[in-house]
This record gives sequence, C-alpha cells and structure tokens, in this order.
Amino acid sequence: MQRIRPAQLRHLYSRAGFGATPAQLEQAGGHSVRATVKSLFADSQAFTPLELAGGEVVDKGELKQMMRAGQLDRLELKAKIKEAALAQRGLNVAWIDQMVGQKGALREKMALFWHGHFACRINQKPGFVLDYLNVIRQHALGNFGELLLAVSKTPAMLQFLNNQQNRKNAPNENFAREVMELFTLGKAVSGPPHYTERDVKEAARAFTGWQFTPEGQFIFREKVHDDGEKTIFGHTGPYRGDDVIAMLLKNPNTARHITTKLYRAFVNETADLDRTEQQRIDKLADQFYASNYDISELMESIFTADWFYDDRNVGAHIKSPVELLAGIRHLVGVTFSEPQPQVFIQRTLGQLLLYPPNVAGWPGGRNWIDSSSLLFRMKLPDYVFKNANVAVRAKEDGDVNVQPFERKGANKFTTQVDWAGFEQAFAQTPSAQLPDAIAACLLPWPLTPDQRNLLTKTNPSSANPIRQLATTMMSFPEFQLC
Amino acid sequence: MKRRHFLQQSAFATAGTMLIPSFLKAFETQAKGLAGATGALTGSSPTGKILVVVQLSGGNDGLNTVVPYRNDIYYRERPGIAIKPDKVLTLNDEVGLNPALAPLRALYDDGLLTVINNVGYPNPDRSHFRSMDIWQTASNSDQYLQTGWVGRYLDAACAGQPGVANRPKAIEVDDTLSLSMKGRGQNALALIDPKKLFNQTRGNLVETLAAAKPDPHHGDVAYLYKTLAETTSSAAYVYDKTKVAKTQTTYPAHELGNRLKTVSELIQSGVETQVYYVSIGGFDTHINQPGQQERLLKQYGEAVGAFMQDMKASGRMQDVLLMTFSEFGRRVKQNASNGTDHGTANNVFLLGGMGNRKVFNPAPTLTDLDEGDLRYSVDFRSIYATLLHDWLGTNDAAILGQKFDRLGVV
Repeated sequence: MQRIRPAQLRHLYSRAGFGATPAQLEQAGGHSVRATVKSLFADSQAFTPLELAGGEVVDKGELKQMMRAGQLDRLELKAKIKEAALAQRGLNVAWIDQMVGQKGALREKMALFWHGHFACRINQKPGFVLDYLNVIRQHALGNFGELLLAVSKTPAMLQFLNNQQNRKNAPNENFAREVMELFTLGKAVSGPPHYTERDVKEAARAFTGWQFTPEGQFIFREKVHDDGEKTIFGHTGPYRGDDVIAMLLKNPNTARHITTKLYRAFVNETADLDRTEQQRIDKLADQFYASNYDISELMESIFTADWFYDDRNVGAHIKSPVELLAGIRHLVGVTFSEPQPQVFIQRTLGQLLLYPPNVAGWPGGRNWIDSSSLLFRMKLPDYVFKNANVAVRAKEDGDVNVQPFERKGANKFTTQVDWAGFEQAFAQTPSAQLPDAIAACLLPWPLTPDQRNLLTKTNPSSANPIRQLATTMMSFPEFQLC
Repeated sequence: MKRRHFLQQSAFATAGTMLIPSFLKAFETQAKGLAGATGALTGSSPTGKILVVVQLSGGNDGLNTVVPYRNDIYYRERPGIAIKPDKVLTLNDEVGLNPALAPLRALYDDGLLTVINNVGYPNPDRSHFRSMDIWQTASNSDQYLQTGWVGRYLDAACAGQPGVANRPKAIEVDDTLSLSMKGRGQNALALIDPKKLFNQTRGNLVETLAAAKPDPHHGDVAYLYKTLAETTSSAAYVYDKTKVAKTQTTYPAHELGNRLKTVSELIQSGVETQVYYVSIGGFDTHINQPGQQERLLKQYGEAVGAFMQDMKASGRMQDVLLMTFSEFGRRVKQNASNGTDHGTANNVFLLGGMGNRKVFNPAPTLTDLDEGDLRYSVDFRSIYATLLHDWLGTNDAAILGQKFDRLGVV
C-alpha cells in the first residue's frame, strides 16, 4: 500500500483538524492514506463534555426571579449578571483550548462546522449555551438525524428560534422555517421548491408544545400543543415535532444539502462547482442517505478520496478567524495568560464563537477578508509571539450584555510559546534547508524564489532562526489558506 | 524617484504602485484601461454627492430623542424618564428634540435637518445583532444576506467602470469594517486616520510581501495579494492626499468628534470617496437611561454640529448629506430600572445637503401599539432607496433587490 506523502499529510491535518505540528507530521507518516484517516477518527472517538469553570452559574431569567422574590438586591444582581457573561466567555475560550489540545481535533473541527450550521446565539444563559455546545460536540461525528433532533430540542435553540412562543392558536414559525431552509432541506437552487409556505405554517403547528423548563430541560407541553391535523409535504395527520423531523430526514434533499455544505467547508469553498464536483457530491449524498446519515462514514469517504488531495483542493480554503487562532496556538504550543485577547482576536476578525451573526452562521470564504482584517491577520504572529503592541480596537456591539467582551486589556497579549518543542523537530535540518522544511509544515505550497529571498533578507542570521522563519511565514498571505 | 515627484508625473500611479509586483500591475492596468475607455478617471458618484452615515449602536431610545411633548400617554408610560415639556427643544407643535441636541435644533432652524419618524421594517427583530444585520444588509427580517447595502452600491458603481483600484469609493472611519460596507466584489476601506493606516502598511514585512510575487496556484492567493496591494496603495494615496488637508473648525475632543473631523479632512482633501461610515456605541440603556443617553446625544449633537459648520465653512454643505440611524428604538413603557428595553420603530435624521428640511411625517401613534411597541410606517429601505437614487444617482432597486417608495426628501 502506498504511503501518504508529507504534503498530503499536511493537507489532511489542516482540514480534518487545525494543522499538524512538525512532531505530528513525523509521527503520523509512514502509513497509507486510509490508515492515517482511520487513526484520526480513532483519536476523536472519545467525547468529554466541557464544563463551566467555577461550577454553577445562574441564568439571567432565574436571577430576575430571585430579585423579585427579594433574595437578591440590585448590586448582587448586577454582579451575578456579569458573572453569567463571563461564564459564556469562559466557555468560548475553553472550547478553543479543546481545539488546540493534542487529542480530538477532528471532533472539534466538525463541531465548529456544526456550530456554523446550527448557528445559535443567546446571551446570559451559560447553562443553555454549555448544553448546546456539548450536544454539537457529542454528535459531531455521529448520526446527523440524532444530532438534528438533539440540537433542535436544546433550550438554547428553542429560545433562539422562539419556539417557546410557538403555541396552539398563536404559532411562531421561526423554528419551522429555519429547520427547513437552513438545517435540512435548504432552498432549491433550481427546479421545484423543496418546501412551501404552507409546509412551514403547518410544521410550525406540529412544533407547538416543544418547550423548555426554567431549569433548562426540554419538555413537551401537551396543553400548548396543537393536536389537530396538519398537511405537511402532502401528508396529513396529527403530527408532532418528531414526525416533522423524521419527514425532513426522509427527504433526500436533506442529505444533498448537508453534503454540499460539508464539501464546501472541507474540500473546496470556491463558488462554482464544476460538473465533476457536482457528480461527486451527488454520489456522496446518496451514500450519506443510504447510510442513514452516518457523519463519520461520509467524512471518511471524503478524506480518503484521491480527489481530496488534488492540487485544485489544496489551499482552497480561507481559514476562519477561529481556525487561524487555534491553528497558531496548536502549531507552536501557545497559551494565553488571559482569556480577553483571544476574544479580542475573534471579535476583530469577525468570528466570535457562541455569537454567530445570525441563524445562517458565518458566511466564510472571502467574506473573512478585507483590507483591515488582512492587515490584522498578517500582524497576528507579532502580537502572539512577540507580544507587540496592538494598535487596533474591535467595534462595540452596543449590547450591554456583551460588555465583558469589550473590557480593557483586550489588546494586551501575554503568551507562553513552546518554541523548544517546535524547534526540536528541525534540530537535524541543515540551516540552508530550514526555510523549505518549515514551509512544508506551515504553508500549503512550497516557497517561491521570491519568498525564499524575502526570508533570507528579513531574517539575517539571527540567534533563533527557526522561530524567526516560522513567525515570518505565519505572516504570509499563504498562511491564511489551508 | 521621490514619491511626490512620481505622483506628479502620473495621473494614476501612487507610491503604493511601486511596491506592487508585476502580475498585480495587471489588475491596475486592466482597471486603468477600462477607466480610460469610459473616461471615468475619478471615482466620484454620478451626482458628485457624498453620503455620511452615522450609526448609533445599541438601540437609541427614539421617543426621548424626538419627544412627543404633548402626548399624555408618553408621560404616563415614562414617569421616571420622560422629558418635561419645558425642557424640550420644540420642532413643531407635536415633537421636539432632547435638550442635549441643541446644535441640531439650530440646524433645523437653518432648514438643514429632516426628521423621519416611525422608521422600521415588517416583523421587527429585537436582538441587537440581528436587527443591525437587517439594517446593514437591507434584508427582510427572514432573509440572510452576506453583503451590505453600501457594499452593493460599490459593486454597482464599479461594474464596468472599476475606477482606479487605489481610490476608495467608501471609507469607514474605524479599525474594522462593518457588514454594510462589504460588497460581493468590492469592499470599503477602514481607517481610523490615514496616517495610522499608512504606518500599518509600511512595516518591512508588509511592504516586502505587498511586493512579493505569489505562486498563482489558486484564486484565493491572488485575491489575498490583490487585497494587500490595494490596501497598501490606497493607504498611500489617502495619506498623501490628506497630509495637507487640515480643517479650521474645532471639533469636540471625543471619539465621534475625532472621527467626523477625519471625515471632513478626507472630504476636503479631494479624495473621490462617496460614502463615509462612522459608529458610536453605548445606547443600550436598560438601566438609568437619562444621564447616559443625554451624555451620548450631547456628543452626537456637538460632533455633528461641528461637522455641519465645517461643511458650510468649506462650501461643501450642498454636496454632503448625513444620515443617522439606530438598529431599533425602545419600548414605549419604561422598565423598573429607569431604563427602556428593546423596541421597534425609530426615527432617522437627515442633515445637510440641499432642499427644505422639516419633520417629514407625524410622530408615532401611542394609542395603537403592537404589544407595547411602535408600529413602523416608513420602511428604512425607502430611505436607502431615496439616498441611492436621488442623492447618489444610482439604480436603487438593483442594489436593494426590491423596489421601495422613495420619499422625495433630498
């Protein structure tokens, strides 16, 4: 069996995770593509739920009740609300730590995709957010149908899409619409529509009664449920929410929509898919459907396919801000002393985890790049490695609930970097070959002659050539791609 | 060759151009060719007009900004925070301005302020982020767009007439770029001040990279290098133009004042930018609203007052129109903390430009509320359509994706 080539290995690790350290590239080499991919799945087998640091934090609704009951005064309430916001910030950073860690990168990469797909944004409810986050992480590589049902029943999603207000005789269509348009069927690009307004309206009636308790438990409330007949996708019956989810999964358009989205996120995000790619996606979608939505099987097919490693697909993905941050941290073992700078980076570059812009998630691709975000990305290695002064400020949201994210000190980076670990892998590399060897780890393509000149000029015989070279290369526009 | 000398020699080139690798020059050459062919050497709008957008983030309380000072319901619902009739700066026998907005009252007297009441959209969203998203993309409330309305204006303005790559048609005075300013193919330039951006593009590494030749493996690589080259050359162009443009007007020494001063200097420098965008935050007044909102409105009033005076002094008043909006207004009834919670419709200000300014439409009806919230009567996209068509002279429906009634106010 043919061994995986180093360039393939680098590509695989950058897509199925957040990049490979030089040590990982060395250790993982020597096996076939299939065996290497298998080992990535094995490495992500275990699921460990994230927890709230500092234990129980009370959500805002409960706090207001406590205040009304006289159990809290105004100052205590204010302090508690701040605590809740900080707890959500803690979750944000804890998740990034998880991505950066030595194990389970594929699971977290998939969970990041599902976070954009099942985008959900709520304030002041750290308990709900934790529950939602663990659901997408737990099912990230499991069964899509189970993931869909579980995430749809999280209090976070029910609140975000107003299903608590969806009652018999007073339907709220928000959840029913988004579950069709974004989570499953998608809008038809051509041909007949995948669903009608009537389907949305009737499905909304079926979802009445899907609520959550103040303690954050899903509950089906019979008395607000509309138990009348509904006609959805041409079928009539006294349907409930679970029935609608089952119908959506039965529709092959769901498999196609999800597969297309996964293909764009993991293989190639270029706007126009050619005929070959369309056929490839059709085949994958059929397989996904036939497997009853086995996410791991689909992803394994993608990562082991020859075309996954085609030149056309290498470097065809612009790293999202979180992928960039987690990647830098992973590659050279960076830890931040404070959570705030990591939140600052996400805010400045436009991807704050747990706060997607809307239910459609982050648009991604070239939308990440404009004049200011590109300059900031290119300066980021200086900020992270050299703790250089940050001269940029993130925009204010205007929302008092996220004020803890805007606190001073956001742009004071203090980091520890494990350069020794990174440098060790190049200990035997002759200095003339260092630029190419480091590039093979950090960049999607070999250095151009211009780049090699540049590296020689900007890094004149320094005491720490490896870290100098790596820092410079991480400022290259090519480092923004994977 | 010295930069200034070089600039004098070429109508198109700037310092940045010298740093751009040859393959990237192709972009510029192409741009120049097209621009030359259509004779569109400058990037100014067809009407030569300039739009300045001031965004109030957080949901400014419209009812305490434009006060219905003769409405009993207003006083009944807001016992702790209503503005007393004798404090209000009256505009007509129905509404008046918050006392912190004295400079706007003066502008109104000069016929330079239009107040549009009840601005909103169907099925309003009360989340800050989502409602701002809707305002910035000009979407329906159940629609998710990835481009902003000014961004799409840039796309349209540049279609078939790319102008010169380094002359930004829209500038946001900020460190980061808002979604409103991002188009499909064109983005605005974000800068706090021209010198700071110029310095950011001058580091050894950035300069060298802007001049490096990428291996054209993939479209995205070319896109990144193109963005970098354009940023570098735009920064140099704008910095060079504004070096001498210093305004004579005194601006208040706070953030909004500084940013509008920058806008003024950019306008006076002769850069061909058509749209400027500035934001001020802090309007999310759930608790103890009066002091907080007055402080912010005072800053807003001072800064805008100085800006308008500056435009008048420099003879640009007729060319410059300033619009102010917030993502939503607040509920009619105050809350238990002397604050207000998220609401719906709100007022929009138009300042400067030409024409006879006024209170455009009646104040909100407080007797006919939608579960305690105002019902909108003017879609915010009608205002955008008016600005796009009547002010910037472009096809509003193509940019907004729908036809909206224009208001005939500019």
